[in-house]
Amino acid sequence: MGKIVAVTGNEACAYALKQINPDVCAAYPITPATDLMQRFSGYVSNGQVDTELVLVESEHSAMSACIGAAAAGGRVATATSSQGLALMWEMLYIAAGTRLPIVMPLVNRALSAPLNIHGDHSDGMGARDTGWIQIYSENAQEAYDNLVQSFRIAEHLEIRVPAMVCMDGFIVSHSIERVEYIDDADVKNFVGKFQAVHPLLDLEHPKSYGPLILTDLYHEYKRAQHEVMTKVPGVVLEVAAEFEKMTGRKYGLFEEYRLEDAEIAIVVMSSAAGTTKDIIDQYREKGVKVGLLKPRMFRPFPFTQIAEALKHVNAIAVLDRADSFGGYGPLFSEIAGAVMSMDHKPAMINKIFGLGGRDYLPEQAEQVINELIKISETGKVGAIKEYIGVRE
Amino acid sequence: MSKKFWETLPQGSVVLEAGSSAKFKTGTWRSMRPKWIEENCIQCMFCWMYCPDMSVKVNAEGKREGFDYDYCKGCGICALECPGKKGNKAIVMEEEGK
Repeated sequence: MGKIVAVTGNEACAYALKQINPDVCAAYPITPATDLMQRFSGYVSNGQVDTELVLVESEHSAMSACIGAAAAGGRVATATSSQGLALMWEMLYIAAGTRLPIVMPLVNRALSAPLNIHGDHSDGMGARDTGWIQIYSENAQEAYDNLVQSFRIAEHLEIRVPAMVCMDGFIVSHSIERVEYIDDADVKNFVGKFQAVHPLLDLEHPKSYGPLILTDLYHEYKRAQHEVMTKVPGVVLEVAAEFEKMTGRKYGLFEEYRLEDAEIAIVVMSSAAGTTKDIIDQYREKGVKVGLLKPRMFRPFPFTQIAEALKHVNAIAVLDRADSFGGYGPLFSEIAGAVMSMDHKPAMINKIFGLGGRDYLPEQAEQVINELIKISETGKVGAIKEYIGVRE
Repeated sequence: MSKKFWETLPQGSVVLEAGSSAKFKTGTWRSMRPKWIEENCIQCMFCWMYCPDMSVKVNAEGKREGFDYDYCKGCGICALECPGKKGNKAIVMEEEGK
C-alpha cells in the first residue's frame, strides 16, 4: 500500500521520476514544466537518485542530449512545455525514427503568438505526427500513473518508441490534489531493469546511429515505423492490466463515462473531462442519455476501438483544446476518421474551447449538451465548428 | 510466414556492421583530382593530417605515397595546405577527366 499525499501534478511527476531513477535527464526550464524538473533536480542534488542531470542551453539541446544518452544505452527522461516542445521539433522526429524509448512529461501550454503561459493542447497536437506515443492525463493521479506506465510502454522490446505523458498546464501541473503514491519498491519492480537495445557503449559491438537513408530505403523505414505503432495499443493495455493488479486503478486506451446506453456523447481530453462528467451526472438525473468518451492514448489513435464505443450514439460533440486554423480541431478530425468506418454515422459538431487557459465552465458543457439534444431530436446540425466560451 | 522486406530492416536504422563506410566509395563525387608530384614532396605529412577522409596513402615506412581515389572527393584541402619545396607545390588539383 502506497501513501496518500496532497501534491501538484508537477510534484507527482517529479516524484515518479525519483522512484524510477532514470540514468540520464537533460532538461531546460519552461513554464509550466519548470517546477517538475526543478523538483527533480533537488532529488539529484540531495543524492536521492543517481541520475546524471544534464543542464543544457535550450530544449533543442535537451532533446539532443537525451537522444545521445538513449543511443548510448541509458534510461532517459526529460520534461517540457509549449515553446520548449516547439524548439525540440526536429529532434522529436529523430528520437522516434531512431526508436529511442525516451519518456517526457509534457505540461500542455498554449503556443505564441500572442505569448501565453497557460494550458491548452496546441503544443502536444503540433507534435502528433512526430512518431511519439502520446498519453493525456485528466488529473495529477493520472499523470503520475501514466508516467510510471509510460516507461514500460516505451521500453517494451516490441516497440521501443518514445512517449509523451501530457497534463494540462497549471490546471493540473500547479493544482494540489489528492494523489496515491505507489511504494518505491513496487514502482521499481513494475518498471523493471532497463534493457538497452544496440547501445553505443557496447564497445564489443561497434555500430553507427543516424545514417543517410535515401530513396532506396526511406519509404520502407517509415512503413516499419507505422507498423510499430500498430503494436502500441496491445502493449498499453497489457501494461495497464498489470498496473491495475498492483494499484487497483484501471486504465484503457480511452475512458468511457456513462456511455454504454448514451444517445448523445461528448468527446474531450484531459482536465475538461472532469467538469464534463459532473454535468453529465446532472443531465442523467433529468433522464438525458448523455455520455463521455475521454481519449487517453492520442497517438497511436485507437480508431476501431473508439468507433466501437461510439457506434450506438446519434450525435457527438468533440471538444478541442487546440485549433487547426482553417481546419477542424485535431481531436475532431480523428473522431471523424473513426466514425467513417461506422455503418450508422452520428451527427458531429466540433467546439474549440479553453485556449490559452480560458476556463472551461460547467455552463459550457451544459450549452454543448443542450445543442446535442436538439440535434438528436431534429437531425439538423448548424455550424460544425464553433468556439465556445469566447467573449462576444 | 516469410517477412516482408521492410520488416527485416534494423530497428531505428542503426548500422550494426562496423566500418561499413568502406563500402561507400565516395570517390565518384569528385570533379577535381589531386595529383602528387613526388619530387616536390618534403614528406611533412600535412596532406595526411588535413585530409577529411583517409585518402592519403602512407606506406609501412611512414612515407607518403599516392592517393586513394576510391574515397578522395577532390576537396582540395591537401593541395591548399601543401607547403611544397622551394615554392613548387607537391599537390596540384586537376580537372577530372582531362
